[in-house]
Amino acid sequence: MYDIIHTFKASSVNDVLELLSSNSDAMLVAGGTDVMIRMRERKLRQASLISLLDIPDLKTISLREDGAIVIGAGACFTEISENTIVLEKIPMLAHACRQVGSPQIRNIATIGGNICNGAVSADSVPSLYALDAELELWGKDGSRLVPIRKFHTGPGQTVLQKDRELLTAIIIPLSSYAHHGGCYIKFGQRNAMEISTLGCAVNVSLTGDKKHIEKAAIAFGVAAPVPMRCAKVESLLIGAEINEEMFFTVRENILEGLKPRDSWRASLELRRQLIREMSVRALKQAIINAGGSLQ
Amino acid sequence: MGVQKSVSRLDAVQKVTGTAKYVEDLILLDALHVKVVHSTIANGTVKGIDCSEALKMPGVVTVLTCFDVPEHLYATAGHPLSLDPNHADIKDKTILSARVRYYGDDIAAVVADTPLRAQLAAETIKVEYEELAPMLTPEVALGGDALHEACPDNELARMDFEISPEGNVSFERKRFSSDAVIAGRDDLKGEQYHVPPVNACHIENNCCFAYMEGRRMVVYSCNQVPHTLRRNVAEAIGMPLGDVRVIKPFMGGGFGNKQDTMYEPLVAFLSRKLGGRCVALVLTREETFVNTRTRHGMDLTTVTVADERGKITKKALRINSNGGAYAAHGHAVAAYAITNCFQTYIASELQLGESSTAYTNLPPAAAMRGYGIPQLAFAMESQMDDVALAHGWDPIEFRKWNMHRDGFCDPFDKFIVRSYGLESCIDKGRELSHWDDKRREYDEFNRSSKDIKKGIGMALFSYKTGVYPIQIENAACRIVMNEDGTAQIQVGATELGQGSDTVLCQIVSEFTTIPENRLTLVSAQDTDIAPYDNGAYASRQTYISGNAAKKTAMILRSKLLEKASLMTGVPADELTLKNEHATVESTGRELCSIADICSYFNFVNDLKTDTEHITAEATFTAKDICFSYGVSYIDLEVDVPLGKVKLKKVYSVHDSGTILNPQLAAGQLHGGIVMGLGYALGEQMLFDQKTGKPLNNNLLDYKLPTAMDVPEIETHFVETYEPSGPFGSKGLAEPPLIPQAPAIRNAILHATGVPIYKLPMNPQNLVHEFIRANLIKS
Repeated sequence: MYDIIHTFKASSVNDVLELLSSNSDAMLVAGGTDVMIRMRERKLRQASLISLLDIPDLKTISLREDGAIVIGAGACFTEISENTIVLEKIPMLAHACRQVGSPQIRNIATIGGNICNGAVSADSVPSLYALDAELELWGKDGSRLVPIRKFHTGPGQTVLQKDRELLTAIIIPLSSYAHHGGCYIKFGQRNAMEISTLGCAVNVSLTGDKKHIEKAAIAFGVAAPVPMRCAKVESLLIGAEINEEMFFTVRENILEGLKPRDSWRASLELRRQLIREMSVRALKQAIINAGGSLQ
Repeated sequence: MGVQKSVSRLDAVQKVTGTAKYVEDLILLDALHVKVVHSTIANGTVKGIDCSEALKMPGVVTVLTCFDVPEHLYATAGHPLSLDPNHADIKDKTILSARVRYYGDDIAAVVADTPLRAQLAAETIKVEYEELAPMLTPEVALGGDALHEACPDNELARMDFEISPEGNVSFERKRFSSDAVIAGRDDLKGEQYHVPPVNACHIENNCCFAYMEGRRMVVYSCNQVPHTLRRNVAEAIGMPLGDVRVIKPFMGGGFGNKQDTMYEPLVAFLSRKLGGRCVALVLTREETFVNTRTRHGMDLTTVTVADERGKITKKALRINSNGGAYAAHGHAVAAYAITNCFQTYIASELQLGESSTAYTNLPPAAAMRGYGIPQLAFAMESQMDDVALAHGWDPIEFRKWNMHRDGFCDPFDKFIVRSYGLESCIDKGRELSHWDDKRREYDEFNRSSKDIKKGIGMALFSYKTGVYPIQIENAACRIVMNEDGTAQIQVGATELGQGSDTVLCQIVSEFTTIPENRLTLVSAQDTDIAPYDNGAYASRQTYISGNAAKKTAMILRSKLLEKASLMTGVPADELTLKNEHATVESTGRELCSIADICSYFNFVNDLKTDTEHITAEATFTAKDICFSYGVSYIDLEVDVPLGKVKLKKVYSVHDSGTILNPQLAAGQLHGGIVMGLGYALGEQMLFDQKTGKPLNNNLLDYKLPTAMDVPEIETHFVETYEPSGPFGSKGLAEPPLIPQAPAIRNAILHATGVPIYKLPMNPQNLVHEFIRANLIKS
């Protein structure tokens, strides 16, 4: 029932680039959980597909010598959420990966696909924004590193050159997770098989006495056409004392710079309320996870 | 084994191992496949269709357009034939239609060698329309351009009445209104409730195929009422009834949405046009949402006035039901709903009902589990809590002061209640759920907790089993003995997941002593073989078809004992069946086995005995009806700032008479409850208000609950004995869904103090209400 003309199976990154150069309109497929839907909705027609499932190098998750965590773009959500490095060092991402779809989807869908699909609702992306992750893109002439915060350019649009480039790895630097606490909250209308109505990730480091914020990163999915960080509130939080007034400040200022939609999926009124409420809840939990307390 | 035992489902192993064959599994290998071209406007007329490109596409066999189909109208409702023309189903459908009545209406059909090629060709078809503005609500449709010639004002039907204190109903036709004031009387200012259309979401999408054998048309379909489907198809394509053969194999759920005739006339018409080739149509999930049937969206305006002792004195209800583009069940669903309001609670002075069903430009609405009562219950049971709260009465006591009692005579159908477990259900649920403690405890908790609020709420229902006397209620059964004492049971009753095959088999086992594993209930209905049955709806399969199985099994038992008497010389009235043996009742001495009897009479060759293939067949005709009862208590938490409801536990207590299979019955409760939770908290079909285009016709955007959304459920039965049901049983399939939405609504009221008047109670609607009530500062 699927409108597929050609399928190819790549066995290495070079193989992918080679296949892309001779089939420039081909679509890369890892888990296929987005691509198959596009085909079924007839948005992708007469498809040529290049499978990435048989490239073992893309699936590894490792700790680099400099302390950076390197996650292969082909790692599936189950692998990431059960990986000991991820669980120990960036539990926020493990949690975010467990929010995706269902067990069946998490067993096949990859983090690379989640990012490259460019959807603002991607469950893994707000945490990666809050962690200042970098993306490794490979082309014929070698690789380039793109901060994830510069990756998305519009709804479903990214800087990835789809006809000649491949996302190979996601890199999370030591400085983003050492002595940090993080929290990701997804809001869906039901508890599984759900697209995010709003995703909020907060990553904080505290001062030595644990009574002040040293630095905070707050990122949202589905609060604007692309995933967003909240520069205004982040700057207000630098050095702020942890108290009710601080949370009030967050609630009052968090909407600045965000552009939530009004749509049949969720009203603007609901989305604004969710942003205000969830940013504070995620910040509170992140502070606790960083060793602080709310009193 | 027999009845009142948890016999395992007959189809359990086949279903869980994937060997059960459904319609889609049975499509012939050389079948042609249909893709329907659906309209991309909601209201208007097709002026022209250009199929030239499609006809050139590879694999395309033909394209049928709305200009190529017979013009005569046929009915689609899955109702038995009514010999009274006043009660006949409305005929308003053609196989394809140039008059577009909803977004997605069927205007052409492409036939190709594969489903993909049919789809690719369908995409090339160009349609020219003359467009009219969509009319999505009864208010807009009434007075707009007629959607059907036979109904110039778009009001499909009305039913308005007043019931005297003595219980006499007088009907008088009123005019359509959507005012809060009912019947223009200032003392009847009502509260207004709104419920949206929803879809049954059975796991198997609707599908069918047809081919010809000689002059005869064979139709396979996942349809709940094969004998009615046969009649509707025969009429639609103009063939004699006996030339149409309908086969219903395993079915993946139906919930009423497979009660109507859908695309069977189209595939049969195409098959005949194509020389009898097999023509198949499998709907996508997106199509199943839009192109089958929905639960009616309704606006309900209701008022309940009570005196200082808590006795209801006046009750008025108006239902404006959105029927969608085609009549399907006509006004029957709204009529069922409005009458139930005056059956459950009784007012002493004034009881007034007004109801209307309108044609609109939404997908057609028809039967879905509960047949209008879930909509009614949301309004009625919410109002009971509001009135109790306003007067400071306990909501349970207020219900008890006013609900109908044992011996109640139904004002509409004039039957008398003879099995009544409602009060026991209420009391049992109250105790199990720790209602009294929790009401107090949560009031205390909510005084100091700002964001998280706790509540416990309840709702009850009464629900008729079967449709007698409005419609004929009958069913037939045939039992065919084999020479080894096993038997084939043939029924027209359809298994669609509810467990009817198993229960009917248990009933036969009970009378014949043949264990279920030596009985074969022929699960697939083939109208060439299966005896007549109205099919699965109205929670009637055990109540009506069970009586047919009982009647047939009793005839068979007598026959076997007569034969045993002939074989042994012991008078038949001294014999009984025990352990599959004819046994002398007084001594317990086994004379011969059922196998011996059947084998002997099948093969005896003594030059004097007439052999006999032992069978029994009987038709049961209902001459009575009854109420099932039940109650749901729901314990929950509301996360106020997020508008999210966390269900903690559902306590469900039902009176369905004698329970014939406790495990299957509990399963029915679990399934129905979850379906009710979905209706309460998430489900709604959304349409673009300007174009009428469906917005969320897929399982991602339509918020059906998942396993992760289902709380702990505790089920109990209060067993009563209903004289008209087999072994005292009453209907159970539809009822469990009914009280869930109002019970949740009343729990939210308890938790937050905010009354909700609209379904679903999803985060968006709750956040809006909480902002309005100042629980959330925006």
